[in-house]
Amino acid sequence: MTIFIDNKSGAPIYEQIAAQLKAQIISGELGEDELLPSIRSLAKDLRISVITTKRAYDELEREGFLYTVAGKGSFVAPKNVELLREENLKKLESLLAEVSHLAASCGLTKQDILDMIDIMEEGDDI
Amino acid sequence: MNAIETKGLTKRYEGFTLDGLDLTLPAGCIMGLVGENGAGKSTTIRLLLGLTKPDAGTAAVLGAPVGPDMRAVKQDIGVVLDDVGYPVSLRADQIGKIMAAAYKNWDQGLFEKYLRDLDIPTDKKFSALSRGNKMKLGIAAAMSHDAKLLILDEPTGGLDPVVRDEVVDLFSDFTRDPAKSILISSHIVSDLEKLCDYIAFLHKGKLLLCEEKDRLLEEYGLVQCAQEQLAELAPGAVLGRRETPYHIEALVRRDAVPAGMEVRPVTIEELFVLLVKEDKQ
Repeated sequence: MTIFIDNKSGAPIYEQIAAQLKAQIISGELGEDELLPSIRSLAKDLRISVITTKRAYDELEREGFLYTVAGKGSFVAPKNVELLREENLKKLESLLAEVSHLAASCGLTKQDILDMIDIMEEGDDI
Repeated sequence: MNAIETKGLTKRYEGFTLDGLDLTLPAGCIMGLVGENGAGKSTTIRLLLGLTKPDAGTAAVLGAPVGPDMRAVKQDIGVVLDDVGYPVSLRADQIGKIMAAAYKNWDQGLFEKYLRDLDIPTDKKFSALSRGNKMKLGIAAAMSHDAKLLILDEPTGGLDPVVRDEVVDLFSDFTRDPAKSILISSHIVSDLEKLCDYIAFLHKGKLLLCEEKDRLLEEYGLVQCAQEQLAELAPGAVLGRRETPYHIEALVRRDAVPAGMEVRPVTIEELFVLLVKEDKQ
């Protein structure tokens, strides 16, 4: 398991950890029902706050990526197709938001964007 | 259980008052005390150890009220004060023997391991040790009797950067056990930034701020801008500033500045310096 912490990025550390664990769970690098390091040992190994690590795990648990067994620790939740779809939809939405923001800033209409998508798809067919 | 809990803790000296300190350190966590010289850090630590009596308020350490009856609980507290005081003519190994008599949970093997790991000479009298080695010896002793709480006043002073890093790692490892906690004061704020779960800012005897470290780093940031831009910000958004003829660097609440403004991360040291400077103006 690889985790990087960037103190200069300005992104909250708990988000950095949650995002990297999530990516590794989605990619299958972390397998179903795999035991994750305890909150305390992960915090101490990464030299970060226990509270921060707990927040990262809490967020992943709330989103359904891991589950906790009292006294045993936290485990990777079984892959949930619905959840992955939801995750991808979220990603799409945020990319589309960026598209509409960029489009507005250079005066493109929704139709222009749709045309662009059509052209791109035609290109794929050739 | 809280490792440390104070309510309205007050101590008056001529020209200085520690004023109504409310501090809570949850078990398993590390709290850093930051403050300028004379801010009240050492007074706080002396009060917690019962070395001096408060004029008002209460303090409890490891669940036991601080006072004359804290002999038993002191077995569970490891202490390093900025002036490590052992009999000057004793060597490190002899100091170990005295500590073994004083602490019922003294672990001689662990103490010797720390002496080796930290390169502390055992063939020299205490008086012949450098300031850094005296400090390391104090730290080794404080961590060798299975304490539940370490109270450390400037424990990294006089240590070179490499040893400081080792010592910070030792403290961090100490709290792998969720029952163990640390209260540490230091001028070397970067050490505290690496180590702590909570940061408490003391300024002129008052608690300026006590917050989870990462929340502080998330909530506050620095912006560089011109004077006029600064004036446009919401009142209360700016908590401190550093002015040059060409621009202003301002400490801001991230949630109170407009989305387009570039906010860069702040370090705990900058945060403290700018807060105190603002107070002076």
